Amino acid sequence: MFNSRERSLLLCLSLLAAAGTAADAAEPGHYGYGVKATPEQLAGWDIDARGDDGVGLPAGQGTVQKGSEVFADQCAACHGTFGEGEGRFPKLAGGMGTLRDDRPEPTVGSYWPFAPTLWDYINRAMPMPAPHTLSADDVYALTAYILNLNDIVPNEFVADRNSLPKVKMPNHDSFTWTDPRPDTMAKPCMSACADPADIKIMSTAEGRNLTPRTTGPLDTMQPK
Amino acid sequence: MRGNVRPPPWRNMPVVSRLAGTRSPLLGRRSFLGLGAALTGSFALGATRGNAEPAPSSPPADAPWSQSIGAGVVDRPYGKPADTEAGVIRRNVPWLTAGTESSVSFSPLQDLHGSITPNGLFFERHHAGRPDVDPAQHRLMIHGLVERPLVLSMKDIMRFPSVSRIHFIECPANGGMEWRAAQLNSLQFNHGMISCAEWTGVRLSTLLEEVGIKKEVQWVLVEGADGAHMNRSLPLAKCLDDCLVVYAQNGEALRPEQGYPLRLLVPGWEGNVSIKWLRRIKLGDRPWYSREETSKYTDLMPDGTSRGFTWLIDAKSVITFPCPEKPLDGAGLYEIRGLAWSGNGRVKQVDVSVDGGVNWQSAQLHEPVLTKALTKFTLPWRWDGRPALLESRVIDQTGYVQPTISQLRQQRGSNSVYHNNSIQTWQIKPDGSVFDVQLA
Repeated sequence: MFNSRERSLLLCLSLLAAAGTAADAAEPGHYGYGVKATPEQLAGWDIDARGDDGVGLPAGQGTVQKGSEVFADQCAACHGTFGEGEGRFPKLAGGMGTLRDDRPEPTVGSYWPFAPTLWDYINRAMPMPAPHTLSADDVYALTAYILNLNDIVPNEFVADRNSLPKVKMPNHDSFTWTDPRPDTMAKPCMSACADPADIKIMSTAEGRNLTPRTTGPLDTMQPK
Repeated sequence: MRGNVRPPPWRNMPVVSRLAGTRSPLLGRRSFLGLGAALTGSFALGATRGNAEPAPSSPPADAPWSQSIGAGVVDRPYGKPADTEAGVIRRNVPWLTAGTESSVSFSPLQDLHGSITPNGLFFERHHAGRPDVDPAQHRLMIHGLVERPLVLSMKDIMRFPSVSRIHFIECPANGGMEWRAAQLNSLQFNHGMISCAEWTGVRLSTLLEEVGIKKEVQWVLVEGADGAHMNRSLPLAKCLDDCLVVYAQNGEALRPEQGYPLRLLVPGWEGNVSIKWLRRIKLGDRPWYSREETSKYTDLMPDGTSRGFTWLIDAKSVITFPCPEKPLDGAGLYEIRGLAWSGNGRVKQVDVSVDGGVNWQSAQLHEPVLTKALTKFTLPWRWDGRPALLESRVIDQTGYVQPTISQLRQQRGSNSVYHNNSIQTWQIKPDGSVFDVQLA
């Protein structure tokens, strides 16, 4: 929208305006809005633990046994006692070796590439009705329990900031992190692009009874 | 003026004298509106049958709303659609997710016109429900590998130089239920996880320059204030290129469903990276590999490998009329209408086929044709009443051509969930009904 000259001009103008009113003089080259983040503020919000190397994992620890107790209390209602998943809630364990199948079962054990990601996700987003309310120890314990359900760590495993980054997840090497697209090379043909005899309907949504209504009140249909 | 009190002009008017069988000299406004709605309803039904039966409020009759005074200004201080549009709403697929909190709703594309999505109809994707955030307490923290970690209030953010840009947001799972076969007979449910708005806010680059980017920074973590603390990693280059931190959509404050009071907007990339209820930005040297970029939003290939960090929305288009929700009403001249978009820039060309992709004709693109925004296209079509297979195909400014579902499956199988940007085929039957089909 603005070129760099216009932007510096804009910045100068804003700074002139700020100089006239703001009590705190901005450093040269800056707007000076907002306040410096305090260590206390950072401690409360800087919650991320990095997936591949665990940087950001806090102090604390948890055992598989403790995890089974917290899980029964906090998680099993949706995820099932052994991570099998209730209803349409995610299955957390099993599915090993199914990723090439017609119906793959991606779970923590069969799909997730990094163990510290599990701690980070439970800590920030679970349990769903009360996210980010568990202690670091309980999150470590749950992480240990779910890894154990997937036979990735032994019964005596203790999860902490040192042990989690060392856990090798079974599917770790199956990910590529650079986007290979475009991977289709369609051509912009305009006429006689196909033999009309080859145009066949392979599938239709007609009669499948999966479509909620799109008029009137919201539909509540559930699978047969 | 205040002293000149006159009786309200409608006091003595025979408002509804021409309503069939009604001789009541006065009808309250509520009753009138009720009748009006009923009449409009029957009119809408009658309309599909042409002018066969005279409607009580169509010519030659003078309608009741033409013989009465309407509601005054501020009757509805915040405007809303006509009562008869009550069915034009976001809808969900109840069987798709365990609950509605981590779920999606779809925009009713079949009832939308033009390229801007009304704020109340913008599709939703929440990962832990819609939080109701108090803007007075909301803060944006920017920290990590920076010179000056900052905490900004909404007031602070709105003081920065502002920009307004029109961009689409699309969930990469849009069309995700159709990888294996045609399943849902609906434009809304197969394509409704795309919407487009004018966004106003501050460039992310402005904020990052304000805190001072340390030289080792390569990646940026963005995180929401919702219960999911939804977080994604973004390359610094994209953040400095065209990302915005926005507080307004289509001229008013963001809707809560779209991240009120503050969200990130990452133009042309999958919707979930445009973090809603944005509260934290952290600069770092490596990606974070969060759950939402490892377990989810990665694409499983037939050989068991997975693609991560597939952010780009490839070019896509769809015919929005006719569609399963809006069938044809007998042979004759129609305007085929649709939308096209690309995460890689502008739409260059849209072609339409009525024979399942054997022959194509270029459609007219309607201004404005903007980068990473919805573009409207139309093509006049005289339907002869025979079966037809309608398709649209977009080519974007990079020359990329929208693929068929078969071409996509050849590369990615049918379990990759995300990024289905294939050509949509609508089957037209002789009675004018329209079905979602997939071709060989």
